[in-house]
Amino acid sequence: MTELHILFYIFSIAAIVAGVMVVVAKNSVHSVLFLVFAFFAMAGVWILLNAEFLALILVLVYVGAVMTLFLFVVMMLNLDLEPRKEGFVRLLPFAALILFIVIGLTVMVVGPERFGLTQVPVPAPHLANYSNTADLGSVIYTNYAYPFEVAGMLLLTAIVAAICLTHRPPKNRKVQDVAKQVAVKRDDYVQLVNIPSEKKTT
Amino acid sequence: MISLSEFLIVAAILFGLGIAGMIVNRKNIISLLMSIELMLLAVNTNFIAFSHFLGNNTGQVFVFFILTVAAAEAAIGLAIMVVLYRKVDTIEVQKLDTLKG
Repeated sequence: MTELHILFYIFSIAAIVAGVMVVVAKNSVHSVLFLVFAFFAMAGVWILLNAEFLALILVLVYVGAVMTLFLFVVMMLNLDLEPRKEGFVRLLPFAALILFIVIGLTVMVVGPERFGLTQVPVPAPHLANYSNTADLGSVIYTNYAYPFEVAGMLLLTAIVAAICLTHRPPKNRKVQDVAKQVAVKRDDYVQLVNIPSEKKTT
Repeated sequence: MISLSEFLIVAAILFGLGIAGMIVNRKNIISLLMSIELMLLAVNTNFIAFSHFLGNNTGQVFVFFILTVAAAEAAIGLAIMVVLYRKVDTIEVQKLDTLKG
């Protein structure tokens, strides 16, 4: 039991407890905050796996942007919490059953007798001047440059789609529509009325 | 040292929690999206663990792309949900039966 092991267990247990709380929390805001906590804990686990860049991306981009978006939406929608409880207790046995089946099957496959330290030894530690970010960048910008560009286009599409979906034009804006002004016909505004002249009565 | 199977077991537990969350919280779309995020986190952990233990950084590149796609998915999913809430005033899955599906 080394220090790394203790750290790993602290982070994993924190992540699993937070994951349970995400599922069972009654308030959606609490769910989002527990999910943020789970992300932080798993970022610690990722750092133990020498993936510092992705761990920081997870904290900065994912927690900082995506989870904040979740929080904004949860607080913006006026959700009533009552209907969420019904069916929860009824479905809990099924959920527990599925949970045990999924975890049991996966543990049977990835257990220590197949992926233990003897089968998959720990890789040699990196050199002192090793940089995970430089390592990842040297692959992303060469072998995966095209998928990287596609990912950028995907994000652009997501921005445009999200704005188009939720944008509402302002209602009472007094902006001149030039096309409408140019297309105005004389008859729309000017009306010539024939009034018969009358004789002078004095 | 920490073995690969311990990382994989933690990821499996998180994945199972995500599936259980989708079963339990069938009413609320936000909870469904959060369960999906939990499952994606587990899958990413698997990728990174294998990438570390096999000494191949392709797995980390995949995690990079998965994070990108997940961010786009969350943004569009939440946008659709906001529009839905404006139209029908609810985001309960059972009440969204306009298509009679």
